[in-house]
Amino acid sequence: MINFEFLLGHYNYWAVIVLFLIGLYAMIVKKNLIKKFMGLNIMDTSIFLFYISMGDVEGGVSPIIAHGGGSEVIYVNPLPSVLILTAIVVAVSTTALALSLIIKIYEEYGTLDSERLVELMGW
Amino acid sequence: MVGTSHLPILVVLLPLVTAYITPLLGWIDKRICNPLVVVSMTLAFLASLLLARSVLTGGVISYHMGGFAPPFGIELVVDYFGVYMCIIISFITLMAAIYSREYVAKELHESKTVPYYTLLMLMTGGMMGASVTGDLFNLFVFFEILSISSYALVAITGKKVAIMASYKYLLLGAIATSFTLVGIAYLYILTGTLNMADLSVRLQSVYGVGGSSWTLIAALAFFMVGYCIKAALFPLHTWLPDAHSMAPSSISAVLSGILIKVGALAIIRVLFNIFQPEFVVETIPITSMISWMAAAAIIAGSLFAISQTDIKRMLAYSSVAHIGFIILGIGLATGYGTTGGILHIFNHAMAKGCLFLCAGAIIYKTGIRNIDDLAGLGNKMPFTMAAFTIASLSMIGIPPTAGFVSKFYLGLGALETGTWSGWVFIGTILVGSLLTAVFYMKVINNIYFKEPLLREDVQRDETPLGMLIPILILAGGCVIFGLFPRIPLSLAEPAAKLFLGGI
Repeated sequence: MINFEFLLGHYNYWAVIVLFLIGLYAMIVKKNLIKKFMGLNIMDTSIFLFYISMGDVEGGVSPIIAHGGGSEVIYVNPLPSVLILTAIVVAVSTTALALSLIIKIYEEYGTLDSERLVELMGW
Repeated sequence: MVGTSHLPILVVLLPLVTAYITPLLGWIDKRICNPLVVVSMTLAFLASLLLARSVLTGGVISYHMGGFAPPFGIELVVDYFGVYMCIIISFITLMAAIYSREYVAKELHESKTVPYYTLLMLMTGGMMGASVTGDLFNLFVFFEILSISSYALVAITGKKVAIMASYKYLLLGAIATSFTLVGIAYLYILTGTLNMADLSVRLQSVYGVGGSSWTLIAALAFFMVGYCIKAALFPLHTWLPDAHSMAPSSISAVLSGILIKVGALAIIRVLFNIFQPEFVVETIPITSMISWMAAAAIIAGSLFAISQTDIKRMLAYSSVAHIGFIILGIGLATGYGTTGGILHIFNHAMAKGCLFLCAGAIIYKTGIRNIDDLAGLGNKMPFTMAAFTIASLSMIGIPPTAGFVSKFYLGLGALETGTWSGWVFIGTILVGSLLTAVFYMKVINNIYFKEPLLREDVQRDETPLGMLIPILILAGGCVIFGLFPRIPLSLAEPAAKLFLGGI
């Protein structure tokens, strides 16, 4: 017995899973080094979405104590967003390093095709 | 005492702050970088020793960052294992830094000097932080600091092959990062906390509850895959031989000697600090799974190493085998076994650090990388080659050296399990050591007994003193800690006991 309400109710997780798998697929299948890395970025983005959506509370407002705001206000959980801010910084620095390496690879080898590179390297 | 109460954060901040000062002072004068890094690492080493003393006398130290009490604030937990890793990390980095002075001047372009030391310090800061942190997300962040700086360090020579090796390392490392991030998300959903001590308490109520235990298993799987890539456990080791052999030798010593062990540290933290030992040993027998993977790593890594002709590549494959020994010890999850695994972190760090520095000295002096061309070096560089031989013996596990003690403990640990698999692991350790002997003996044989092609090559031409001293210290360590294994064991034993407290 499949619980459709449960499955559809968590549509955000489905989006995350689909994005994660698209990213993983691109990393494994694509030959171009830049496309491989774009796959990784898609994968990272899916994880960011996962974090942010899990911190969301239905009907919640941004967690800033407004002037005169009572205690009955529901706030969204700010911690996952804070965590993901750090993770985004990590992803950006990885991306920057990877792209600079890719530039160097293209300068040295004249190609970005991973199969061609493996041939050139003799691995 | 006021001074020692802030030591936990000091050991992390010393390298990190040095990383920020280095480019500033290096901008004025490049020659300042090396003394600065050496002084900073000496201080970090002394701080780690002081920290060890206070942990041994006063037990586990909990340091609250900024005075916010956990679980809300970030907590640094300095337990026996954390401080043990701190000592190893600061010591090996100190040796690499002393060695770097003359090595970097020749092997790297002048413009690379400042980035080299900056990245080295960032990497060390990340490793120190990962060792002492008590917060899961903090562990992730420190892991990224050390990983990203190590990707850059692998490529720092700018050689064609090195850049490619670095890209490969980066891609696999980034996948590992994503996986651990998902694992952290699962645990956070389950418990709403990221503090390791708090996690292990809150997870108590999750074990065995129908639906959530699947989430728990998924989290564990993500962590294991992620950190096994970082620790280069076979079959996830593919990045290691390229990255470690293409990096500058001083960096290879740090990468092979300690960086992959930080992956092992993360595995230990996840298995024993966050999850309950009962859960990972009995409910989901992940420990026996990684033991089998480690056994495969020992055999496969040694076999790959035998077939190598490049000396640094051979050493890199030997690291694949020896990370197997360490993980095997962790996976055995018995008193002696885990002690042996933890002890092997120390012994392997010294021996492999020494070997890579020797390989660097050979390349520095002669430019030879091929094992078959090493003939006659025993007369040419007698001290370096003597150190190489001692460290090789320690890798094989010949009694007076340190490697024997840890392998002995691993064997005892395998017996302690009392099952047939224990006997298989003992067989693996023995066969692995024999295979290790095969490729190290080949090198030693070439160095001392093979006739050199050209007579005039065999003039005495020793490594410069600045590079020789760290090599000799590390080789001496291999013997001293083999004769007096009590010194590292005084930290390794309580560390293992603390992890396996539940069993």
